[in-house]
Amino acid sequence: MERDDIIEYSLDTHHSEEEGKKIRKKIIFVTVLLTVVTAVEVGLGIWASGMDGIKWEMVKWSFIIMTLVKAGYIVMVFMHLGDERKSLRYFILAPYALFILYLLFILVSEANVLFGIRELLRLS
Amino acid sequence: MSGEASKVIDQTTLWEGGRSPFSVSYGKMMMWFFLISDALSFGGLLASLGFMKLKYADVWPSSELIFTHLPGTHGHFPLIYVALMTFILIVSSVTMVLAVEAGHRMDRKGVTLWLALTVVGGLFFVGSQAWEWMTYIAGPDGDISTWADNATLSGHYYGEGFSADNPVPGVPQYAQFFFFVTGFHGTHVFSGVVINFIILLNVLKGKYEKVGHYEMVEKVGLYWHFVDLVWVFVFTFYYLI
Repeated sequence: MERDDIIEYSLDTHHSEEEGKKIRKKIIFVTVLLTVVTAVEVGLGIWASGMDGIKWEMVKWSFIIMTLVKAGYIVMVFMHLGDERKSLRYFILAPYALFILYLLFILVSEANVLFGIRELLRLS
Repeated sequence: MSGEASKVIDQTTLWEGGRSPFSVSYGKMMMWFFLISDALSFGGLLASLGFMKLKYADVWPSSELIFTHLPGTHGHFPLIYVALMTFILIVSSVTMVLAVEAGHRMDRKGVTLWLALTVVGGLFFVGSQAWEWMTYIAGPDGDISTWADNATLSGHYYGEGFSADNPVPGVPQYAQFFFFVTGFHGTHVFSGVVINFIILLNVLKGKYEKVGHYEMVEKVGLYWHFVDLVWVFVFTFYYLI
């Protein structure tokens, strides 16, 4: 039986000792970054406990931004998507972003309407 | 990096040369397809969590008042245990990427070491999650045998000590989403540990040495990093916000 896992693309994925050193350096950098961002998130989460209003909104958005930064580093460096061809990168990320943003838009606007209805029912 | 993808290939060969225009092997591309569909499931789950949070914005409990326990102590440590779990998963993701890197150098010893550490990290995470579930189900008295008497599962009162005099209002959806989201993720972690272990056995048997490349480690690595990626989002959208 012919094996389909032995093909030219895979045989090419080798690198030398020096290249390995450079890659490991990058891995350590990303590790430190992910750890620091997580620590900041937890600290902020404890500090902002019980906060509300505009302050909480700001904390919330900073959580979301930090999460996206972390996700970006994991996908681009750890999953090596940053080293793949541009065509592969876009055909993975673009449809996903499109669907999820659409779903979020629908659910967030629906939820806000339903929240408003609950408020109305409580007031009446 | 030295992978196939970064090589310069002229356009005519690429699109009409009888090869993958994405310059990846079949297996790797199918792993990405699977990850996209899995990411859509998790995305749907987290989006519906956001829906419930916004709909019940006035009564949705805050997680830092509920997850305050650490094993072996009775103090008040909000979010610390979850942060520890996050850290464990990040570290096991790092050991995985180091295993992939060692595979590119055909360093069998390195792959064995890092992959074994990844399996250990995964087991630590699954164990931590079991402890967290248990603590949550056990409720205020910390006694798992009397779980039926606590309000955690019925979801109407939450808060420090879960006492009825000092309640934080809640909705049943809070616990439902907790068990579903972390449970779905935990299942992924568990299957990831099993898959990593099988690949580790193959490495020990020298299978990839014979094949000539460690691409299989790269493929399971993609799955493992995906599991870490999902946890980053669960951590933010369930515990922090």
